[in-house]
Amino acid sequence: MLSIGLVSAAYIAAAVLFILALGGLSNIEAAKRAVWYGIVGMAVAVFATVFGPGVGNLPIILLTVVIGGAIGAYVAARVQMTEMPQLVAALHSFVGLAAVFIGLNADLELSSVREMLAAGGAMETLSGFSERLAHKTPVEISIMKVEVFLGIFIGAVTFTGSVVAFGKLAGKIDGKPKKLPGGHFWNAGAALLCLVVGLLYFQGAGIWTMVVTAIVAGFIGWHLIMGIGGADMPVVVSMLNSYSGWAAAAVGFTLSNDLLIVTGALVGASGAILSYIMCRAMNRRFISVILGGFGGTGGPAAEIEGEMVSIDVDGVAAMLEDADSVIIVPGYGMAVAQAQNSVAELVRRLRAKGKNVRFAIHPVAGRLPGHMNVLLAEAKVPYDIVMEMDEINDDFPDTDVAIVIGANDIVNPAAQEDPNSPIAGMPVLEVWKAKNVIVLKRGQGTGYSGIENPLFYKENTRMFYGDAKHSIDEVLKRLD
Amino acid sequence: MGDAVKIGAPKETYPGEARVAMTPESARALQKLGHECLIETGAGAASGFSDEAYAEAGVEIVKTAAQLWKAADVVVKVRPPSETEAKRLRKGQMLISFFHPAQNKELLELCAGKGSTVIAMDMVPRISRAQKMDALSSMANIAGYRAVIEAAENFGRFFTGQVTAAGKIPPAKVLVIGAGVAGLAAIGTAVSLGAEVRAFDVRPEVAEQIESMGAEFLMLDFSGTDLSSEEGYAKPASPEFLEAEMKLFREQAPEVDIVITTALIPGRPAPKLWTKDMVALMKPGSVIVDLAAEQGGNCELTVPGERTVTDNGVVILGYTDLPSRMATQASTLYANNIRHMLTDLTPEKDGRIVVNMEDDVIRHSTVCHEGEITFPPPPVKVSAAPKKPAKTAEPTPEEKRAAEIAAFRKATRQQVSLLVLGGLFMLLVGAYAPASFMQHFIVFALACFVGFQVIWNVSHALHTPLMAVTNAISGIIILGALLQIGSTSWLVVVLAAVSILIASINIVGGFLVTRRMLAMFQKS
Repeated sequence: MLSIGLVSAAYIAAAVLFILALGGLSNIEAAKRAVWYGIVGMAVAVFATVFGPGVGNLPIILLTVVIGGAIGAYVAARVQMTEMPQLVAALHSFVGLAAVFIGLNADLELSSVREMLAAGGAMETLSGFSERLAHKTPVEISIMKVEVFLGIFIGAVTFTGSVVAFGKLAGKIDGKPKKLPGGHFWNAGAALLCLVVGLLYFQGAGIWTMVVTAIVAGFIGWHLIMGIGGADMPVVVSMLNSYSGWAAAAVGFTLSNDLLIVTGALVGASGAILSYIMCRAMNRRFISVILGGFGGTGGPAAEIEGEMVSIDVDGVAAMLEDADSVIIVPGYGMAVAQAQNSVAELVRRLRAKGKNVRFAIHPVAGRLPGHMNVLLAEAKVPYDIVMEMDEINDDFPDTDVAIVIGANDIVNPAAQEDPNSPIAGMPVLEVWKAKNVIVLKRGQGTGYSGIENPLFYKENTRMFYGDAKHSIDEVLKRLD
Repeated sequence: MGDAVKIGAPKETYPGEARVAMTPESARALQKLGHECLIETGAGAASGFSDEAYAEAGVEIVKTAAQLWKAADVVVKVRPPSETEAKRLRKGQMLISFFHPAQNKELLELCAGKGSTVIAMDMVPRISRAQKMDALSSMANIAGYRAVIEAAENFGRFFTGQVTAAGKIPPAKVLVIGAGVAGLAAIGTAVSLGAEVRAFDVRPEVAEQIESMGAEFLMLDFSGTDLSSEEGYAKPASPEFLEAEMKLFREQAPEVDIVITTALIPGRPAPKLWTKDMVALMKPGSVIVDLAAEQGGNCELTVPGERTVTDNGVVILGYTDLPSRMATQASTLYANNIRHMLTDLTPEKDGRIVVNMEDDVIRHSTVCHEGEITFPPPPVKVSAAPKKPAKTAEPTPEEKRAAEIAAFRKATRQQVSLLVLGGLFMLLVGAYAPASFMQHFIVFALACFVGFQVIWNVSHALHTPLMAVTNAISGIIILGALLQIGSTSWLVVVLAAVSILIASINIVGGFLVTRRMLAMFQKS
């Protein structure tokens, strides 16, 4: 049995290790070491807690940890990199659900401790969490009730929101935005209802109020994320990431556990910053993403002149043979077509011929922040030729061929040229400045946002229709 | 017109013209459209295409020009028709050639009087769809290339710089004036021969193209009104502009070894850009190639069609037949331009010619249709490019600095007001909350702060691993469940056990998948 002092020391060590784990992600090589800091930190924290004061039912703990760990290990080993977005969403939902349960538990414990004390039970018989509860002053009790309320509310929103996000990302739910008639009034009404029930709870109403809060907050999470479309998922997932952190922090307050507070705050901050970066990359306000749909625009979009010119496999192969420098811009379409390995093979061949081949990654390409980087890494594309938008955008004028694979809005020149475009002002990759642009596309439709893309009509653009993986495999056959 | 349209190419009659409007290769393509092809005997000889080669491609060889003009429904030529040729035209016949209708009004009337249709290859509009038939561009490309080759022949030194055992050779310095198709082709050729190339154009927007070809763009030190692009480049330069331009050329004259001038203003005589005194400033042995010789020349001393040598030993080439000097190449490209034109004129590929006057390209190039003069054509939607966005004025340094200061002030104001608001909020909380809560609250606030500082530095490429690792460490919520599972209430134990289970999935799954991802990132 470890003393409280030892447990606290372990917590400090764990907190420091977590900060190092996150800080290490600033650099890819350092990150490989940093993830070990996180693992050790977690082990220290769990070990100290389990062997600290006031923890019982060790066999159950052991059993659940082993089962949970086995499931986690199985999933982590089997998951496809294209499925990362849904895995992340699923893991968020777990944190949310755990926060709800722990919040409910806290209230249950509180009532039982109160009952016991009222019945004249001796404080000395209590241990662990109950003991700490028994020592609380009335003010502390009401603060704790606020914390329980917040923990359950945020946890429930995170849980159902993440479940919906998982469904949408896994294709189990239709990705199109859907809302109940009345739209956000439902959310506002539900939030109000939670507040009323919460007030009742502070007045001393029973645990039913918290169950209602969990259910109603769950509705908010479901309805909110149902109303957001597929391409906004990077923002949604990072937002839910943030919520899962805040839920953990709220639980930390409830349980007076500093390590939970610190870790929750770190995760919350991380998600918040990711959401901010994603919104900035789409030039949209966080609120407008969350409330769904594109904002109103002034006036009609500029008319597009010119025609789409298609190109065949031989044309693409010849163009690549002649090119000295190539930049590839992947989008969600590459992930959908599972084309990353073919693309990587193409890059290897072109690089073997001494051509300068690089990737340009837009911050919101894909369905998860950094999604494209992971897919390319999986296909063994060296990370030093994978560039961020700001690093590479100025290089397009000196590039012979830009290849756009399954991306649309992130290469739309209308963002710069047409002030009436719904995406006006969004930072985009300026592929049209390259000498030639090849666009791999399934068909002639518009992108997620339904915006016409003048890029396809530019003089130096050639459309290469078909499934991205199949198309690139065909090109590979022509190159040797 | 009969079943199969007969397309005939006569031998060019213009003195020295070596090109031909049909090659065996283009004839094969034309036959695929359902046409028959004829050629005057010996028409391709000067371009290196023998009668046998034509016959092999299924082309009928016709003995005389007169017979050819009689037999062909469509006559394809390079040069505008001579008077004799124009007189041979008949009703319903079609002629496709260079025509220069603006300069050749009488010839046009003569052709129209015969009731024929004339398609002028020099009237093909410059839109992207018509590039494949833009003969002016393909000829200009050849002229630019040939200009450098001619210059090289007349220049007594290497183009490329070398360090040899016998001594060091500096690279030739080439100045190209006017960066149209011909100018850019000249730049490309000279650069690939190893010369040090600089180029000038009155349109500053072509600087990028010049630099992309590997030449240096000569900036004009001119602070007057912006004459550049608003109304296109046809606007004759103002006296101040010209003066600045001349000054620049005078600075260049003693330095450069080869000058290639390609400056043309459509419909006007070529501007005199390279004056006598500039020629006098040049080193002996230098070469001037004047691609504008046909329009009078950019150099004051140019004699069109001639090679002259000045008193100070500068060679001036005023050849007007540069494309013809590369007849095989020029004929191949020109015949392809003609072939593309005929492809557009045979929309159904069934051997029937349709002059669709609704088609922008055909309408624009047809200068007379069935005896009616259709020149000048109505203006065409010239560019397929989207309208230029309103030009935003480049901010002056003062404005930039002012904007920077304003931005800095704004950021300061934002930060200070955030700090003040945050401080006030803390005070408010501190005034009511008990000490135990404040302790945790301080920890929370500091952790948020640390979190923000740390996460900003995370590389964009690692955002997915970041999410996975935060997933894992948010499994720290397991501590809450661990603390509760010792409870005596079975409900609490069950809920806590479920929480531990799912939090363990998070922890193990999150860390392992992060490791898996990070291991994939490999350096090249």
